[in-house]
Amino acid sequence: MKIYWELFSVFFRMGAITFGGGYAMLPILQREVVDARGWCTNEELADYYAIGQCTPGIIAVNTATFIGFKLKGVPGALLATYGVVAPSFVIIGIIAALLQNFAQYAVVQNAFAGIRVVVAVLIFNAVCKLYKTSVIDKLTLAVFIAVAALAYFLDVSPVLFVVAAAAAGIAVHVGKEARK
Amino acid sequence: MIYLQLFWEFFQTGLFAVGGGLATLPFLYDMGARTGWFTAHQVADMLAVSESTPGPIGINMAVYTGYTTAGIWGSLCALVGIVTPSIIVIVIVAAFLRAFRDNRYVNGAFYGIRPASTGLIAAAGLAVAVSALLRPDAWQGWSRFWTVLDWKAWLLAAVIFAVSKKWKKLHPAFLILIGAAAGAVFRFAGA
Repeated sequence: MKIYWELFSVFFRMGAITFGGGYAMLPILQREVVDARGWCTNEELADYYAIGQCTPGIIAVNTATFIGFKLKGVPGALLATYGVVAPSFVIIGIIAALLQNFAQYAVVQNAFAGIRVVVAVLIFNAVCKLYKTSVIDKLTLAVFIAVAALAYFLDVSPVLFVVAAAAAGIAVHVGKEARK
Repeated sequence: MIYLQLFWEFFQTGLFAVGGGLATLPFLYDMGARTGWFTAHQVADMLAVSESTPGPIGINMAVYTGYTTAGIWGSLCALVGIVTPSIIVIVIVAAFLRAFRDNRYVNGAFYGIRPASTGLIAAAGLAVAVSALLRPDAWQGWSRFWTVLDWKAWLLAAVIFAVSKKWKKLHPAFLILIGAAAGAVFRFAGA
């Protein structure tokens, strides 16, 4: 029984102290999960991250699910996952409640207009970083430009782009192998 | 049934947003436009709140959206919605870890999805930039196109960009604080 509680509480603490999501969490995971508890090795952790990055969902959540599942199957996966997201639920719930009460003040609206400028820069920086790992040849460049332009000007669900890009990726990748 | 709808919308987001927190952004824009639960401005505000508080960004955004739409129970439904696909997918993948990593169909699919996901985030970022940096109502034709530029906001963007490049370890919450102070003092057009 103790291991279940430990799984939940370790991931709860991680969710409460890491700002900025997945990548910020890696050094803490290495210390708490690999060094202190031996729940997995550094190599396994790197594997989980690599897969977490290219499977749907949030990386921190995927990693928690992996480690929980490895230790205690599906119940372990559920406990680790809900452990890592529980602090967000509490903290963001409080902030959302406060913001709703303050949002009508002019000074708050002005502050958020300034914040949006910062957010635009932060997204720009994030896209530059993602661009380096995802756009690796002419074809991926074409996909990037086409999706960015179409998504901006057309009013269609992002799901369509993800499904179409997956299909195109399979066709090209498998086709390349056939020619070899 | 708002709770079921929140669950379903965030379930789809959790299933199709690949590559971490910001990947949920284009899905939130789409969701806001279709359901009227929140405006594009509110999505950008949500992102700022998420970047300044602990926890994974995608989760924070789900909880925030759920709360503003339908209170505590709404945020719980959105939260369960966004993590459920992760749990299902990862449990399946964990069971076939080796086979999954070496599968050519899986590799092929992600070869295509990764740049698409980056493109979706870029489009969402462009929408934020347009709302933060331009004043479309001041448009007076191409010969005077510069009237739509909110130069104070451009100046702030340049400063923030330079600071974020110079001190890469700097926490985004600090930059957001600078933005909030500048906004309160200088009153940008995007308010």
